[in-house]
Amino acid sequence: MALAPAVTDIEQLKGHPAVARVAGWNPRAVEGVKFDRDEMTIYVERSAIRQASALLRDDPTCPFNYLSDITCVDWHPSEPRFEVIYHLLSIPNKERVRLKVKLSGETPALDSITSVWPGANYFEREIFDLFGIRFNGHPYLRRILMPENWEGHPLRKDYPVEGYR
Amino acid sequence: MAHLTPTPALEPGQDKTMILNMGPQHPSTHGVLRLLLEIDGETVVRMMPDIGFLHTGIEKTCEAKFYHQVVPLTDRIDYLCPMTNNLCYALAVEKLLGLEIPPKAQWLRVMLNELTRINSHLVWLGTHAMDIGAMTVFLYCFREREDVLRLFEAVSGQRMMTSYFRIGGVALEPPLDFFDRVRKFADAFPSKVDEYEGLLTGNPIWVMRTKGVATISAEDALALGASGPTLRGSGVDFDLRRDMPYSGYENFKFKVPVRQDGDVFARYMCRVAELRESIGIVKQALDGMPSGPVKANAPKVVLPDREKMKTEMEALIYHFKIVTEGFAVPEGEVYQAVESPRGEMGYYVVSDGSAKPYRVHMRSACLANMQTLPKMCEGRLLADVVAAIGSIDIVLGEIDR
Repeated sequence: MALAPAVTDIEQLKGHPAVARVAGWNPRAVEGVKFDRDEMTIYVERSAIRQASALLRDDPTCPFNYLSDITCVDWHPSEPRFEVIYHLLSIPNKERVRLKVKLSGETPALDSITSVWPGANYFEREIFDLFGIRFNGHPYLRRILMPENWEGHPLRKDYPVEGYR
Repeated sequence: MAHLTPTPALEPGQDKTMILNMGPQHPSTHGVLRLLLEIDGETVVRMMPDIGFLHTGIEKTCEAKFYHQVVPLTDRIDYLCPMTNNLCYALAVEKLLGLEIPPKAQWLRVMLNELTRINSHLVWLGTHAMDIGAMTVFLYCFREREDVLRLFEAVSGQRMMTSYFRIGGVALEPPLDFFDRVRKFADAFPSKVDEYEGLLTGNPIWVMRTKGVATISAEDALALGASGPTLRGSGVDFDLRRDMPYSGYENFKFKVPVRQDGDVFARYMCRVAELRESIGIVKQALDGMPSGPVKANAPKVVLPDREKMKTEMEALIYHFKIVTEGFAVPEGEVYQAVESPRGEMGYYVVSDGSAKPYRVHMRSACLANMQTLPKMCEGRLLADVVAAIGSIDIVLGEIDR
């Protein structure tokens, strides 16, 4: 089975309910799209993530009513360094979409979406703990897996696998 | 491990509450979960779960391994359902590679996955009942669990950390009498489930301890990211095996048990019904087991047979290359979710085109399910906390990774 090349042209992907919804709301909120290996990715502008996720949750035709996961990837040393990744699931439509927000390496921060999905709480705390990304408006942004007095953020690429000795 | 010093915001005039520390070594926390409970007499006012005691940095370790070396790490995330984790990781990497898996391997995977679900649910049922005070059920469940573990040992050589699934199929053909042994177990098992149900379902003490306890509505469960039986016990009819099938689940017929009440009893009934459905899937897999190879035809990814490696030059070269330098995976990213015994287990794998994964993230069903705990317990009795923890079936290895 050969892999089909990724589609990144927004005009071709307008048919996807999530793309249509976010682009229809504010075309500038969509920085790019990618359809690869049957998975849809929308690159969302940093300040629009909270509204975009609320919009997708309340979509009347294809409600993305379930937040599967939030995670982060560190692309050190390139810039923008971090990508925060949201996996949304539409239970009625059996559809998934991935939202991505790019963040710079200097004091990375973005809006928390705990007001939209209370379930984002622990996921965002985990990213704060392991990547050092701040979520503005999070109700309890403290380390969750590592001890409180831990130095550094272990999942960053410039953090050695064996830890600091 | 975060908040070592609790700072509960006490309202003026509410100084009658006290902080109770539960765990991390409390037997009913199923591992090392610490709960900070603010209690007013016997009533829980506030609950703060504290996790991280089992954090081993598996996600970081994965980044330093070849793709095929990650498989044994996935066992250790959720030690009660190793095969489900193996499957999820293997599916994710296979999707990255664009690899097709022969039907026999897919059916074997489904069959073993359902046996894993039975294994996991048996541990849950035994320990959950023991937490609430029904000691006997534990012994009954572990009797059957032993049978399942013997099957795992026969097929993989290991009882718990099986690592049997490989990228591109399964490790090796199951032994000759394996299917007969599985059938023997599958034929005997439904009557055993009747025994558990005979001990619990109609038991007045059990019903009093579980009915109407730790309820959660469908809206709350969805908003907090609950999945699996925790979600289905609240009336949301969603199962990844049926609704977004993977690994050939679309070929199997099974019902998805759903209960509307959202209490401990509803979640119990869902899981017990799942035990029966799982054994049905195992039987279907046995009846329709296709013949053919158990590994994909992809010499650059799948290790060659031992015999071939000894007789064919090419196979030897591939073997040497895979073992010493791994195999490159095309650039890209994949999120693969499977229905684990606890809910949506997801693997997010990012490849930068090299032989080591750039990032492996595990979406833990328990981590999200645990967020429902305060909602379930606040305003209720302290003794119900134990029932609530048991009912969401947490595995701390998966939460902390």
